[in-house]
Amino acid sequence: MSLQFLLNGLVNGSMIGLGAIGITLTYSILRFSNFAHGDFMAWGAYAALAVVGVLGGSTPLKPLSFGWPLMTALVVAMALTALLALVLDWLLFARLRARGQSIIVVMASFGASMALRNLLEFVFTSRPAYYSRAIQIAMPLGLGIKITADQIALLLLTVVLVTGMHLFVQRSQRGREMRAYSQNPALARVIGIDVDAVVRATWIIGAALACASGVMVGTLVQLRPLMGLDLLLPIFAAAILGGIGSIPGAVLGGLVIGLSEAAAVQVIGAEWRAAVAFVILMAVLLIRPMGLFGVAER
Amino acid sequence: MIDLLGYGAFFLSTALIFALITLGLNLQWGLTGLFNVGISGFVAIGAYASAILTTPATPDRIGGFGWPILLGWAAAALLTAAAAAFTGYATLRLKSDYLAITTFGVAVVVQLVALNAQVLTGGPFGVAFIPRPFAAVQADPVLFNFANLAVIAAVTGATFLALQRLSRSPWGRVLRALREDERAAIALGKSARSYRIQAFAVGGAVMGLAGAVQAHFIGFIAPDNYLPTLTFQVWAMLMVGGSGSNRGAVMGAIVVWAIWVGSGSLTSAIVPGDWQARAASLQIVAIGVMLCLILLWRPQGFFGARRRGA
Repeated sequence: MSLQFLLNGLVNGSMIGLGAIGITLTYSILRFSNFAHGDFMAWGAYAALAVVGVLGGSTPLKPLSFGWPLMTALVVAMALTALLALVLDWLLFARLRARGQSIIVVMASFGASMALRNLLEFVFTSRPAYYSRAIQIAMPLGLGIKITADQIALLLLTVVLVTGMHLFVQRSQRGREMRAYSQNPALARVIGIDVDAVVRATWIIGAALACASGVMVGTLVQLRPLMGLDLLLPIFAAAILGGIGSIPGAVLGGLVIGLSEAAAVQVIGAEWRAAVAFVILMAVLLIRPMGLFGVAER
Repeated sequence: MIDLLGYGAFFLSTALIFALITLGLNLQWGLTGLFNVGISGFVAIGAYASAILTTPATPDRIGGFGWPILLGWAAAALLTAAAAAFTGYATLRLKSDYLAITTFGVAVVVQLVALNAQVLTGGPFGVAFIPRPFAAVQADPVLFNFANLAVIAAVTGATFLALQRLSRSPWGRVLRALREDERAAIALGKSARSYRIQAFAVGGAVMGLAGAVQAHFIGFIAPDNYLPTLTFQVWAMLMVGGSGSNRGAVMGAIVVWAIWVGSGSLTSAIVPGDWQARAASLQIVAIGVMLCLILLWRPQGFFGARRRGA
């Protein structure tokens, strides 16, 4: 048995983990599960594709399959995806949140997700797209594992983004406010925390990371309008497994799901891969619903 | 003229099957406040259960027990109720979002099983030769269509009356009490979790029955019939009709299905061939936007009871 699946699982797991951070933050701060989060990923990935198209191709930075255009596009697309999330919040979620029924917000996110996904299909069609057609040579890493330069770069990017986010939430003033608001919204308001700014920061972080995750999927696999929908169950499962509200938990949950999926592909077969997240989700809900690092619900 | 009559019967049959699914959702969401994003999965469970039990034996597939149609429908409802009850059992002691996420997962997994468990479900090719009621008069399309319409209308009507009675019964009152003020209901000694599991299971049974009825009406099922779009259509139907009202659920289903079919045939008539797939996605965008607008501006729907919560 080749150990290659460990590396594949690690790479997929980091994409799932990046997506799960946004889910876990939206859930703990805005108090609803955002079914449109997967579509933020897809929109981010396609936004980057559009920017790459505008910037024009250039020679990739060997040995990577991409060059400066995609790296610039990633930054621009992260900003655009954050903007999309803020506009959607302003148009839809904020108004429904003000009425106080969180499950209505969930439903609205479901409707928005359908609309966003099909809008993407309308503009870009359902045909798969690629950032680059360059062929990557995988380097042997020992123990029968091979890794491409893209995979190394994207794993490093994940480490940088996750560490940065963790430090922001733990150390910065806004991060402290976000945590305070998630623990006790009423008290946070009383002591004068700017709730609107907290909400904005939550959307910006969640959407930007979703975009990064989408661009990673687009770089390593391909872009499809359904890519976000396919990742939705794994990222929900990762956020719940890690414990709602915990960023390290979301990343760890993502890695566990990614590795389990890869193991299942190896042992059972690729066609059953999507069931893995569901099995883990059910196990967590039945055995330890608060997840690995979660706190019991008050 | 004959064609038009036949088509009218066909349209109404399909719309009434949607109405049946929407009635199931109304029990779960409208009456009890349980959010189900996996409707397509539960409908598929019912459809496949009845199809596998009633089709004649086939060599390359498990199943084909040749059961009578009515027995297949009953089994479909029971099996879907069991699946819904288990989903509820696992999630309903937690926050309501967990149910939504889990039902979404149910739909994904059911779709996966339908596609990959080829020996049971026929895989991507689906199950064919599902016995159709009144197959004997199939040669006369008008008679055949109207006979089927009568059966479907009877099933939907009976379910409507049963749900109507159920929602006015003490059982239904507990569900509404739980939705409106959970603490007060619990203080009266009602187990929130157990009542919700029951409501979710009964709603699931109705969805499974609808799936079975549709499978036998069309005579063929495949995994593609049970995509998330189905879930989304049913939600749009309930929201247009007005959640909480069974009458609204039926009206919403007919109106939304008419809009769906009408806009579909309009686009296929005026949009050139290579743009048809794109036009189809725009159709879903429009329904999604409509759902959000209704949530924003008219959360009580258009055909529901005037009094809130009735």
